[in-house]
Amino acid sequence: MSVIEFKKKKNGEKEHSSRNKSRLFKDAIFGAFMGVGGVSVIGAILLIFFYLGYVVVPLFASAKIEFSTSFNIDSNAKILASSVDEYSEVVFSVHSDGSLVFSSVPDKKPLVKELIAGGKLLTKKITAVSSGDPESRVMVIGTEDGVAYLLKTNYEISYPNDVREITPSIIYPAGELPLKIDEKNQPIVKISGQFAEENGAIAAVTSDNRLLMTYISVSSSFLSDELDISYETIKVTDITNPVSFLKLDVNQNTLVLVTSDGVMSTYDVAYKENIELIDRVSVVTGEEKVTDITFLSSGLSIIVGSSSGAVSQWGAVRDINNIYSLEKIREFDPMPAAILKLAPEYYRKGFGVLDVNRNLSIYHATANKRVALINDIGTNPVNLTFCPRSKNIQVNHDNSEISFYAIKNEHPEISLNALWGKVWYESRQEPEYIWQSSAANSDFEPKFSLTPLVFGTIKATIYSLLFAAPLAIFGAVYTAYFMAPAMRRVVKPTIEIMEALPTVILGFLAGLWFAPFVEKNLSGFFLSILAIPLSTIIMALIWPKMPRFIKQTFPEGWESLLLIPIICIAIWFALYLGVEVEMAFFDGNLPHWLSVNYDIGYDQRNSLVVGIAIGFAVIPTIFSISEDAVYGVPRSLTNGSLALGATPWQTVYRVILLTASPGIFSACMIGMGRAVGETMIVLMATGNTPIMDMNIFEGFRALSANIAVEMPESAVGSTHYRILFLAALFLFLVTFAVNTISEIVRQRLRVKYANL
Amino acid sequence: MTRQTQIKKSLALGTPYVWLTSGAVAFCMILVIGVIGLITVRGAVHFWPKPIVMLNMTAEVSEERVMGEIAGTEVVSASLLKEQGIMVPDGLNSIKRLLIKTGNRKLNGVDFKWFNETDYIAGIEIPSNATVVEREEWGNFYGFINSIKENGQVIKPKTSLLDELDKRLTRRHLLVEEIRAIENSDMQKLNGKVERLRLESRRLELKGESKNGQSQLFIEAQLTEIQKKYEFLNNKLRTLYKKIQRDQVELLTGNGVSVLLDMRDIVRVYQPNNMSFGDKLIHYFEKVFEFVSEEPREANTEGGIFPAIFGTVVMVLLMSVFVTPFGVVAAVYLNEYAGQGALTRAIRIAVNNLAGVPSVVYGVFGLGFFVYFVGGSIDDLFYPEVAPAPKFGTPGLIWSSLTLAILTVPVVIVSTEEGLRRIPRNLREGSLALGATKAETLMRTVLPMATPAMMTGLILAVARAAGEVAPLMMVGVVKLAPSLPIDGTFPFIHMERKFMHMGFHIYDVGFQSPNVEAARPLVYATSFLLIIIIISLNMTAITVRNHLRDKYNASDT
Repeated sequence: MSVIEFKKKKNGEKEHSSRNKSRLFKDAIFGAFMGVGGVSVIGAILLIFFYLGYVVVPLFASAKIEFSTSFNIDSNAKILASSVDEYSEVVFSVHSDGSLVFSSVPDKKPLVKELIAGGKLLTKKITAVSSGDPESRVMVIGTEDGVAYLLKTNYEISYPNDVREITPSIIYPAGELPLKIDEKNQPIVKISGQFAEENGAIAAVTSDNRLLMTYISVSSSFLSDELDISYETIKVTDITNPVSFLKLDVNQNTLVLVTSDGVMSTYDVAYKENIELIDRVSVVTGEEKVTDITFLSSGLSIIVGSSSGAVSQWGAVRDINNIYSLEKIREFDPMPAAILKLAPEYYRKGFGVLDVNRNLSIYHATANKRVALINDIGTNPVNLTFCPRSKNIQVNHDNSEISFYAIKNEHPEISLNALWGKVWYESRQEPEYIWQSSAANSDFEPKFSLTPLVFGTIKATIYSLLFAAPLAIFGAVYTAYFMAPAMRRVVKPTIEIMEALPTVILGFLAGLWFAPFVEKNLSGFFLSILAIPLSTIIMALIWPKMPRFIKQTFPEGWESLLLIPIICIAIWFALYLGVEVEMAFFDGNLPHWLSVNYDIGYDQRNSLVVGIAIGFAVIPTIFSISEDAVYGVPRSLTNGSLALGATPWQTVYRVILLTASPGIFSACMIGMGRAVGETMIVLMATGNTPIMDMNIFEGFRALSANIAVEMPESAVGSTHYRILFLAALFLFLVTFAVNTISEIVRQRLRVKYANL
Repeated sequence: MTRQTQIKKSLALGTPYVWLTSGAVAFCMILVIGVIGLITVRGAVHFWPKPIVMLNMTAEVSEERVMGEIAGTEVVSASLLKEQGIMVPDGLNSIKRLLIKTGNRKLNGVDFKWFNETDYIAGIEIPSNATVVEREEWGNFYGFINSIKENGQVIKPKTSLLDELDKRLTRRHLLVEEIRAIENSDMQKLNGKVERLRLESRRLELKGESKNGQSQLFIEAQLTEIQKKYEFLNNKLRTLYKKIQRDQVELLTGNGVSVLLDMRDIVRVYQPNNMSFGDKLIHYFEKVFEFVSEEPREANTEGGIFPAIFGTVVMVLLMSVFVTPFGVVAAVYLNEYAGQGALTRAIRIAVNNLAGVPSVVYGVFGLGFFVYFVGGSIDDLFYPEVAPAPKFGTPGLIWSSLTLAILTVPVVIVSTEEGLRRIPRNLREGSLALGATKAETLMRTVLPMATPAMMTGLILAVARAAGEVAPLMMVGVVKLAPSLPIDGTFPFIHMERKFMHMGFHIYDVGFQSPNVEAARPLVYATSFLLIIIIISLNMTAITVRNHLRDKYNASDT
């Protein structure tokens, strides 16, 4: 305020000296600089919050499907099957007249047209076509005389003049000659095949309801380019009901067969010598009919669509006796009308669904949600295919028209349930909370449950506060109220120095020194928990009996100094006794004894160790703030209490603790905030396994440590990356909220003390 | 009064409870002193030469004799050993065992081995001529010097073998220094030049200049020039390498096996059992000096930690350059310019609370915002020629400093504000009354007086930054940096380079190293050094603060 008056006066005097003008100008500039600078620094700090949010938000953005293009394949015959190349630029289609066509999507015109196996061999009608694993780009074609063709599309990419050019071609991995599947030359009604590297398999059902398995093996000879092809067909069984669907998984291990009565059978076909039925269940109820099935990518679970619009996921689940059975893993939101077609995504656990009312949806299995839905997708759609990069989905119409829909679907695997709930992952026995963000193989289903990590953080916080809070609060009360001022001047900074110790050093000590120490002296450790308070109480009881000269050396307020050696002796004694106790009662090794007799697991780096290490890091925080709160209790209150005849302890208990309780509470909250975010100690002193178990002798994986471990390895913009940001945002919000609350409590307390 | 009533009375008075609370303080003190003491003892003792012992094994054990340093002892219960399939004589409940650092990893496969007291004949020998050979690779070698060979010929020295060895070792060290000078300085400079020229050429190419353009040809010429220099250096190196390979030393292990070691690989040779106290003291300080001044060897488990110390210091200094002006400007704004309303109070609380946000969150922010967003944009705009390898769009020194600056700026703000608040109002009013503008008052009177507070904030920030590891793991620290962030090649300070850090060194060597047992003493030593640095920084801050308080408490009245 004084500034404004001063300026006015200056102006009033109308001293127009240039020196004063420039001074005022400088003043204004300085003020503006400070304003802009200050606001921007504060803004930059607050930017953290917004940036974290900015990265996290796309996780929850919903997916979009939009029509992009459509055109007619130049062929008079019906499209039986189709696929797309990796860049969604070339469509491959198989037609009922035996022609194979590659068409360019941007130019909407055919690129290559040929007949199966050069046209010479196929004189019979095609009766069944199916695509194998989309990634392997394999297709099998079955004919009316019991013969099959295995073919594969190949796209050569070259960059003449720095422009990408795709040259499509067809490869016959099992040779151009037809594979004679059925000796009896019956028409093949259903077919499914896979081929990878040197081995292929084709499953087929003939018109007289025989189920056949053909095993193909191809080896190239050393001397020539010729392929040495051999194959063998085995009759699996006769099927009583007409077969509606037949699918062989990508690993050529499992064969799924659905009959017209809605019964699904799975066969283990991994070894031709030993084909056996795994399980047979009815996958629909009542009048419902199965209208399509598909494997999810990696072939571990099957999606079943029915005539009522229901979509469900099935998988082989192993029980404790190692016996597999088919189980319904989950049911999805139904489609408005009967399912027409299902199509799996290439690398993710998503799939597309087309119903008879021309609605198109994309689902995600792990997240158990419908990601997107659009209606009215053109006339008479018959088939559905995902493009390899999941950026497009392709629909065939029965009039040889093909249309493309662009998909924007970055993070389908995230739903509230996938992050926090129990999820039944593929090849698991039951729904579980699992965090497993990456694995060596590509067909891995990412498991992003944050629950075990949050659980780990809570576990660490609880154990560390159990250790730190009593010690710090009691210590604070004594230091503030009973301790001699000379000693307090030393003790307070010493304990506060603890706060400055780098946590990496505490973690190192906890992991490499304390953890083995505790493992070796577990009984001694528990005995010292008893011995420390016991020794102080015994000291309290015998102190009045002490000779006068000893009492005079340690006047009131110096008891702590006296207790330091006493406690050291007590700990040493407890550890010594511990060895003996362990020898006498626990076969010399308590952790081992626990696991043998009570089935309590013991990790060397466990929650006990972490709790104490984090507790150590948190003690100074809690101590310092509660000490301030206790010290700030007005003397008038305590003096009044003492004057009324209360003992010092009664005063502490009834007056001081009560008055200072908000301060102590906020101290604990800030301590908790620190424990929640502690990273290095948790990282170094636990095994970092994301298990959910309150056992104090086992480890855990905390949010913070998880971020530190996985962040450097996650790909920018990936779901994993964003989830780690979500974890960071979560930590940020929790600690920020906790600190704010305690800060407000403390400010109120300060006002209260001032009024007392 | 009976004893019971006495106890009851005492409980009613609450004396035991008071003692309990004092016990809590005592225990906290024990914890602090214990931890610091433990690190001090383990860290400081590591460099002191330990005696070499020789165990004569009993007949059942395959080896005859075992030589090495005692690394630890423990008592194990007999039942546990039996479960592990180890024979224990009847009547023994527990067995003492020794952990011996046997060294000679190339021969034995392991560095450390446990020996039960039943395995060896009682009475541990301390052979006076036992020699420790520290090597560049494969850890220590323990044995007895047998002979020294020059060009394959055994030589007969006039003095003792050890003295002769020391003489030849000095020659070896000089040669190594020469080789290092060429490899790490001269050759590196050439490599840097080649890399710069390659980028220059790529930049020109991106601009559309053809391969045969004037400047491209010029670059080509420079490259040939460098190639010539390179050849010259290589020749020099070859002769040096030939020279250094001259000497060999033959040693006998405890079991009498003869081993030939190249002098080239030997760092130091000493006979601890023969050393006087003075010798040991000299050895101790030599080792300490090596620890703080040398580069690490053997996957960081041996040698020094100089790059880590250097990296920490450079990172912290760079951080100070960012954090001081930002923190001070924000504090001055909050305290002097902003209206003291509810909003400012809320901002103050928010800034205060940011100090309590977990450091790993800052790391995530730093990686996402600084490294990928800012760094990536810089690469796209100014260094298109380095693609696809990122220059700034990858973790590095500058991003680490900036991340830690954001992390510690609340500390500086809070501390500076406290200092500003403590300056008595009458000082400001005096200045204003004499006709100074607000800016002049601030610059000439208030801020100089608040300097100690800013210093306190900065010291606390530095202390915190020196000990942080979690965020750095994401934004620029590596276990082994090929080169220091500051060196002789243009532009001398390499902001984009990755660097080593003492805190991360502790984590990495202690937990990721393949030979944890061997590395542990070094980790203690590193921790000790880090603790000394951080505690002394904090002590300075506390002293400055207390001094400050006294000063203004005096001037208030």
